[in-house]
Amino acid sequence: MKALEDIAATPVTQNACKLCSPLGACLAFRGVEGCIPFLHGSQGCATYIRRYLISHFREPMDIAASNFHEESAVFGGANIFREGMRNVLRQYRPKMIGAATTCLAETIGEDMARLLADFHQATPAHPPIVQVSTASYRGTHIDGFHSAVRALIEQLAEGGAPQDRICLFPGMVSAADIRLLKEICSDFGFQYTLLPDYSETMDGETWTKPEKLPQGGTPMDAIRLAGRSRAAVEFGPTLEFQPTAGSVLAERFGVSRHLLGLPIGLKETDRFFAVLRLLSGRDTPEKYLRQRGRLLDAYVDGHKYVFAKQAIVYGEEDLVIGLTAFLCEIGVTPVLCASGGHSRHFEACLRRVVPELPEETRVRENCDFSEMEGDAAPLSPDFLIGSSKGYALSRKLRVPLIRVGFPIHDRIGGQRVHHLGYWGAQELFDRLVNALLERTQTLSSVGYSYL
Amino acid sequence: MELIPGRERHILHTDGGSAVDMDCNKSSIAGSVSQRACVFCGSRVVLYPIADAIHLVHGPIGCAAYTWDIRGALSSGPQLHRSSFSTDLQELDVVYGGEKKLEAALLYLIGKLHPKAAFVYSTCIIGIIGDDVDAVCRRVAQQAGVPVLPVNSEGFKGTKRDGYRAACDALSRLVGTEEPGDVGPCALNILGDFNLAGETWIIRDYFRRIGIEVVACITGDARISDICRAHGAKLNLVQCSGSMVHLAEEMRRKYGIPFKRVSFFGLEDMAAALYDAAKFFAVPALLDSAQALVRGEIDSIMPQIKEYRAKLAGKRAAVYVGGAFKAFSLIRALRLLGMQTVVVGSQTGDKEDYRRLQQMSDPGTIIVDDANPLELARFCLEKNVDLFIGGVKERPIAHKMGIGFCDHNHERKVPLAGFVGMLNFAREVYSSVASPVWKLTPRLAERTEAAS
Repeated sequence: MKALEDIAATPVTQNACKLCSPLGACLAFRGVEGCIPFLHGSQGCATYIRRYLISHFREPMDIAASNFHEESAVFGGANIFREGMRNVLRQYRPKMIGAATTCLAETIGEDMARLLADFHQATPAHPPIVQVSTASYRGTHIDGFHSAVRALIEQLAEGGAPQDRICLFPGMVSAADIRLLKEICSDFGFQYTLLPDYSETMDGETWTKPEKLPQGGTPMDAIRLAGRSRAAVEFGPTLEFQPTAGSVLAERFGVSRHLLGLPIGLKETDRFFAVLRLLSGRDTPEKYLRQRGRLLDAYVDGHKYVFAKQAIVYGEEDLVIGLTAFLCEIGVTPVLCASGGHSRHFEACLRRVVPELPEETRVRENCDFSEMEGDAAPLSPDFLIGSSKGYALSRKLRVPLIRVGFPIHDRIGGQRVHHLGYWGAQELFDRLVNALLERTQTLSSVGYSYL
Repeated sequence: MELIPGRERHILHTDGGSAVDMDCNKSSIAGSVSQRACVFCGSRVVLYPIADAIHLVHGPIGCAAYTWDIRGALSSGPQLHRSSFSTDLQELDVVYGGEKKLEAALLYLIGKLHPKAAFVYSTCIIGIIGDDVDAVCRRVAQQAGVPVLPVNSEGFKGTKRDGYRAACDALSRLVGTEEPGDVGPCALNILGDFNLAGETWIIRDYFRRIGIEVVACITGDARISDICRAHGAKLNLVQCSGSMVHLAEEMRRKYGIPFKRVSFFGLEDMAAALYDAAKFFAVPALLDSAQALVRGEIDSIMPQIKEYRAKLAGKRAAVYVGGAFKAFSLIRALRLLGMQTVVVGSQTGDKEDYRRLQQMSDPGTIIVDDANPLELARFCLEKNVDLFIGGVKERPIAHKMGIGFCDHNHERKVPLAGFVGMLNFAREVYSSVASPVWKLTPRLAERTEAAS
């Protein structure tokens, strides 16, 4: 109820800690091989989302729009939907179109199923079109992301003879994280479907020849085979309370679903690897034991620099849960865990995954940066950890910001930040300690050269 | 690449003959992946720099989130414009209407932040759900005692140009609401400069030095009270294609203030703007000091410009910008650096703009209206350009093909207007083109290999 009271206290969102759901859907669709996202809505939605994603990934990000105008808003967008689809097929020759709605299309009651059926009748031979409803007045970008992944599974996965295959739905993680997860899956010897995979499409190479759509992405066949998997691993404790790609696979095809926290930090990664051992029947490959060993060794070497330091953590709910687990295991005290998400299960999930989180830690969902700022001063944090959107607050508080998650648009390489696995924890730990050391050095009148 | 049907007449290869009409100023074709935004975007960019007002976006969260601190429009004082405020409408608001939420949000923000005015931007769904935004604004203005201005910027109701117009309508309601006070005889307003990277300050300083008073810059580093008093000026200088012409026309109609269209980019255009203003006031001393200023400024930067020119001569550029007026200036500025513009286009140019582009472009130039990424990529390769000038959305297109990129849009951090801006521009262009990394990228590496 706390969150609802907060809404009443500030009847306006000031500097949001969230984005709209079509953005998440567009990013997820971008992680399917040969797929172009298509928004049924105004031109501005596509352009703003493109610009926003480009500022983080620094990669081309083409999103088509049906481009509503006054007439289509009054009489419905059937014509522009059909024309838009045709033009996208003609120009891009995609292997798939991911069609998401906007608040305009939803508000005027566009019936996407009917539009697709009509289009299919008029244009029988076309690549698959997966559609998802992403009204921006319902949920945030992370909901759009998960909805699109679920829609891909609902509309493409097929049943059949079970295969020795697993599915992995990591959620909205970085391109580098996805590459890392693929490596882990391969090292365990899995046949796998990792969805979505924008590790190449949103962190690609310089072209040798012009590309209409980037290379990479989850192959369509791998999505079709998802229904014949043995198991589905899904990251995100708050997803327990909503239908997801994993729950759809479980219900329709009897795939066993393993819902885990994002494997951030040593303990949460151990849990992930335990599931991988169980599913593969293999031991953890030597390489990861060594990574784990080095991570632990680094924790030991650096523990004094971080002990009892106070942190404000913000971002998508499940990301914050993962980061909080990591911070608590190294001795940092999170004083405020905040999210613009609004699952209504954030605090319960957070305290379940991180039982050692102090009682006094403030946990807020449906929170914006103005509210965080209101909380922040008396909490006297030593650092912030979250996206670039916290920069203004970190500047005001004169404390370092450890940039993680999305968006990172004031640094280069946001798509290459590792968060997951022992490797990701190692990077996060080194960056965190070094940020605190740099601050000590800068603030010191002595100018210590050994720390 | 196959063009989308209907796009043919938006694209022209100049042949040196007389100018012809191009298709333009139309709603983008569905599915074309236009680089344009929407009506809301047009309004938001124009009003954004007003630093002592709150800018409340009425709708679901996206539109406010994507425009939070989006422009490098600087303020010498208040920073209210850099925050993002949204009524963040939820499903129930869409069902039952968002008026109450809007009213509560306005009263809360005005009480907390004490702005000099509030702008309320309507997003796509506001008209659809039937909120009477005007009525709410009137009520709150009366209660709170500050102007509360509705901006009719529903995204789908036209193009970005219609958004400019909606912004001008809101501004027009402010102009004339305060006494102009002590305004001298040689006083003008600057319309359509947004103080990106402090450009307004540079331009204001030029006018101060030649003895011309600037009453208001709308909207660079603007304050509400400057705008309310803007009718005290004798002349409006209108920069930027289209965005502010409507306001200038309104001020001419209501207050008899004439306007001149100018550009502050490039040496020729900057000098012409100062001379035009000086001539208008018909005070000989003004023109003399304008000439002295121009001479002094140009003398101080020309040696460096010449150095850059020696390094850049013969390079080829593609220019794709929002308003065509900027493209005119860029073509001239690039010429000063010895560079040729071989692809040029805009999101919102009109027929007259495109005729002018044809007249000033070299034969063989590709001119394009409302382009999309695939077209731009194709034209850049076809014309083998060394440099692309545009905004953030165009950057990856250039970079992926191994082409230098120069940001001439909202996000620039270096002033590109004025005389000093021309020098900065030359430096920007040089650092975009001359980096050794291009020699490593596949396209140029192949070219170098073939040559050897």
